[in-house]
Formats: sequence, structure tokens, C-alpha cells
Amino acid sequence: MEKELTTLVQMEKGQSGTVLQLKGGRGLVNRLNALGIIPGKKITKVSAMLMRGPVTVEVDRAQIAIGFGMAKKIFVRPD
Amino acid sequence: MTKILLMGNPNVGKSAVFSRLTGVKALVSNYPGTTVSYTRGQMKLGEETAEVIDVPGTYTLEPTSQAEEIALEMLEGGDIVVNVVNATNLERNLYLTLQLLEKGIPIVVALNIWDDTKHLGIDIDIDKLRQRLGVPVIPTVAVTGQGIKELVEAIPHAVSPQLTPTSSSKRWAKVGKIVEEVQRIRHRHHTWRERLADASVRPITGGIIAALVLAAALVLVRFISEGLINYALDPLFNNLWAPVLMKLSPLMGGEGFLHNIVIGQLVGGEIDFVQSFGLLTSGLYVPFAMVLPYIISFYFVLGLMEDTGYLPRLAVLMDNVMHRLGLHGYAIIPTLLGLGCNVPAVLSTRILESKRERFITATLISIAVPCAALQAMIIGLVGEQGIQYVIMVYGTLFIVWIILGFILNRTVRGFSPELLIEIPPYRLPPWRTLFQKLWMRTYGFLVEAIPIILGAVAAINILYYFGVFDAVANFMAPVVTGLLGLPKEAVSAIAIGFLRKDVALGMLAPLGLSAGQLVVGSVVLAMFFPCIATFVVFLRELGVLNMLKAAGIMLASALIVGGILNLIL
Repeated sequence: MEKELTTLVQMEKGQSGTVLQLKGGRGLVNRLNALGIIPGKKITKVSAMLMRGPVTVEVDRAQIAIGFGMAKKIFVRPD
Repeated sequence: MTKILLMGNPNVGKSAVFSRLTGVKALVSNYPGTTVSYTRGQMKLGEETAEVIDVPGTYTLEPTSQAEEIALEMLEGGDIVVNVVNATNLERNLYLTLQLLEKGIPIVVALNIWDDTKHLGIDIDIDKLRQRLGVPVIPTVAVTGQGIKELVEAIPHAVSPQLTPTSSSKRWAKVGKIVEEVQRIRHRHHTWRERLADASVRPITGGIIAALVLAAALVLVRFISEGLINYALDPLFNNLWAPVLMKLSPLMGGEGFLHNIVIGQLVGGEIDFVQSFGLLTSGLYVPFAMVLPYIISFYFVLGLMEDTGYLPRLAVLMDNVMHRLGLHGYAIIPTLLGLGCNVPAVLSTRILESKRERFITATLISIAVPCAALQAMIIGLVGEQGIQYVIMVYGTLFIVWIILGFILNRTVRGFSPELLIEIPPYRLPPWRTLFQKLWMRTYGFLVEAIPIILGAVAAINILYYFGVFDAVANFMAPVVTGLLGLPKEAVSAIAIGFLRKDVALGMLAPLGLSAGQLVVGSVVLAMFFPCIATFVVFLRELGVLNMLKAAGIMLASALIVGGILNLIL
């Protein structure tokens, strides 16, 4: 069954999924790519700080903290 | 001379490899962005001597920060690249490797942090990786030195397969294929270290951990420095050095020009290491017995935080607060460095992406973040009047930091980018690099600060003797006495603050100030202008215009805050 598309912000803590799309300008896409956040990658949300704080995710066994605004632009299909 | 560049992603251990190759000590920590400028060293390559350059970490050759731009510039002038790769994260690291392979420069790959692959359940087929990349691949553990000999032997065999440049998505696809072929991951359970890592970036547990870490850091800094002062340095000065000087004093006539410079003023017929202010009295006591203990204890504790990998987690926790100041969480790292010395702190603002962020961070550091030397004097001098006054100084500076950041965020044009950082795994600090780093920083203080301190003390005495300070003091008196409520002699201290703030605060000691005046003096000294070393770095890093802007903000805020404090206290 196809699950709904969601963003990193909306994902539950501990939930995993596959990166589908990065909706941002070239600069943002480049920086995210450089850290290994690329469409098709497995991604797990580790935590999120309160009040629109950064989201921490795990990609390829590395943890990355992503500001709220950026995290909103990362679309994921949850497993 | 052959130029060897050490390149790789941030926090893969380039500086550790560099230290091993060259014997030159480089700062090694566990967070991305430890190296913001480059360090040079030399190594033997067969018969020849080669130059080795430790380049700041970069994720790609399309730069996203100033440190990365430097890395790219350096690549132009290199002959061989030792590409340091984090073996526990091949996927991301190999992207840069492939980019380098397209550049036509000979390459050796050092597969660093190799020891961690075992307990992380990662198996890498090195032969296959070597074959796929077409360059030598050597597994290394730079902090212990494992594999370094093999790496040195492999450097002359560096080759360039000269891949055809391709698009970023094709490159990523290629990385994916290589990793699939050479790497096997075994399933394993979460370790306690990983659990602690996850807890550190969750709102509630993270907050508790941060509070515990910072409280422990404070206690440890105090414990070590007080211990050094009370059990080693004070007894040394009081029991051994003072008697020598008391013999020397009458030999020099007990007073006069030379006596003033060398020994200073006797207080009640005795030497007072804080107040006498001669080269051999305060000139030695201030740097060695008041400041040095804090330098050692601060940098030891900072080193622990750097090497365990805690700092980036603190950045995540602080991100929300820092955004109100126009910064993102990572700016907490230069700020913490500033508590040691403002010079490397301003330099390390290079890890921030935008000019605006760098300006705000550097300005806030030079105004509201007192360096360890100044702090040692604040604790030593103001602390005598009672701990509440020390808290007043720190509290005021903290409030200034917040309010000024808030104002700068509203007024400085541009926007601040968002946080995007890699969080390294927790590691036990490698003691060798921890103590090596502590020694480097302490040594840096000794060779850079002590000559200036002695020079300042000598200059002060000479200027006093010829009455130069009195003339300046009379000129500036209306501001200092009228607005700040300090005696006009304090003018000279504020002027000396440009050279060394620790000496400057020391100059307030013989003036017999009230506790409130000491608080005002400390705060004004901290805020009004950076010391000359910080000034030079600020100027170089951010340009004349920004420095002028910052200087205006400094003077204005120092006078306003000093004036307000004077009214309250």
C-alpha cells in the first residue's frame, strides 16, 4: 500500500522513510546533497527540538541536524 | 618541493593524519570545522623533503562556506592529494573522492577511522575499493598511528585515473554502486554511546544533559585552576619568589625609576604581587599565577568537550535561542572558543556560511565574551569582594550578548541561513591528542601573551613616571569619572586594555576601588574595545568597514552599559 508523502518535519520521531524530493533552490539542494541527503536515500528521524527547532536525522549511519525551514522542504515517503 | 595536500570531508581526521605525517602539531577535535585555515608541515618522501598542507574539510568541490573556498583554492597549487576518507561513512566521503579523481591530480586514499568499522559492523573490501577507484587505498587509524607507515610508502605511488567530469547525480549514482560492491553492513544493536547521542539532541533529555555538562565544565574549570593557584603557584610565589625580591629591593635603592620598573611600588614595605606592578612582581605573577591556571583548566575542559563530540549537539540545542540573535546554533562554537581567547574565536567564525553571521558572531564575541585571561583577573580581583560581584559582571555581559544580538539581528541587513551540520558520534577523547592540544594552546599563550604582558608593564611604569598617563587621564576624566564613576587613573587602565586586558584589570587593583566600581571597570574593560591581537584578526577577517562598524558599537555599548551600571551600583 502506498503511504502518503510527508516532510521531515511531519515525520514521527524514530520513523524511517525514503527521501523523495528536495524542494529548494540549487544552493540548498547542493548543500543537502553534500551531506548525503539525496532522493532515494533511506532516512530516519532521530529527534526534533521544540518550537520549530532543528530536526536531527540519520542517513548512512551519520547524524545530521537540519534547520526547521530546510527540513520542511525535504519530502519523504515513510516506510 | 612536492606539495602534498590533505583533503577530505570535515571531521574525518585530516589534522590527525597531518600530525602523524609531519610531526607538526595540529589542533584535532571531534567536530566539523576544527581547521579553518591551513597548516603547513614537512615530511620525508624518500630522499626528498615534501611540503604537507592540512586543508580545511570540504564535502564537495562546489564550496558552501569560506573554509571550503580556501580548500578549493589550495587544490590549484597541489601536486599530490592524500584524500582522507571516513571509513564509517563511505557513501558520503567517496563523492568528494570521485570529484578529486576527475581533477587529474595524483591521489592516495587514507581510509581513516578504520578501527571504528569493526564495532560498527561494517566490512569494507579494500582490494575491491582500490580496484574500483584506481588509486592506492590504505586503512589508517590516525589517532593511534596505525597504517601511517603504509600511507607514507603509498604516497609516491599516487596516481590520477583522470575520470571524465560528470553531473552530480551521476556521480552520486556511481558512489552508490561502488559502495554496494565493496561494503557489507552487519546488523547490530544500539550501543549506550549511541543512545546517549540520541538523548543529547532530544528537547528534554538534551536540555538536562546540556545543563549537567555545562555545570560539570564550570566546576572542573574552577577545581583545576583553584588547585593550581592554591597548591602550586601561590606557594611558589609567596614562599620562594617574594623573599628573593625582598633581598633585591634594597639593592635597587628601594625606590626610583629602575626600582619602579623592575619591582614596582612596595605596599606597606612588602611586595604585593597584585598591586606592586613591577616587571618581576606583577609582571610575572599576573600571567603565571593568575591567568595561566585558568588557561590550562579552561582549555583542558574545552578539549574534553571538543574531543567527545559534544559541541555540535550543544549547537543543535541552542539553535532556537541563537536564531533570535541572528545566528544559528553552530555560532555557539566560536563563542565558546572566545571564552578562551577571542583571537581563534574570531578566526573560527569561518565555519559560518554568511558574512552577516560572521559579523554578528565576531562583534558579539569581542564585546560580550571575556577571554580566559580577563576572566581569571575578574575572578581574582572582583572575586575578593564577594562572589555576587563576579556574578554581576558575567550576568551583565550575558545580558549584553543577548540584547545586542537581538538588536544586530534586527538591524544588520541580510538573513541568516539555517543550521545544517553533521553530528559526529560520541568518542572517548584520545588522551594523547587532548594533552597535545592543551600544550599547544598553553604554549601559544606563553609565547604570545607573556612578552606583551611584560612589555605592557614596563611601558605603564615608564609612562607613569613621566606623567604621560596623568595628561591623558585629565583629558578623558569627564567621561570616565562623570559617566562611569571611576577615578581618573582608570583611564590609563582602559588605554592599556588595548594591549592586554588582564594587565589592564590588574592596573585597577592598586586604585582602591569599591566593589561596584570594580564591576563597572571589569564590564567596561571587557566591552569597550578588543585587545590588539583580536583587533588585527577581526580587521583581516571582516575588513575595515566591518571593523569600524563593530568599533562604533563597542564604544557606544560600553559607555551605555557602564553608565547604567554606575547609576545602579
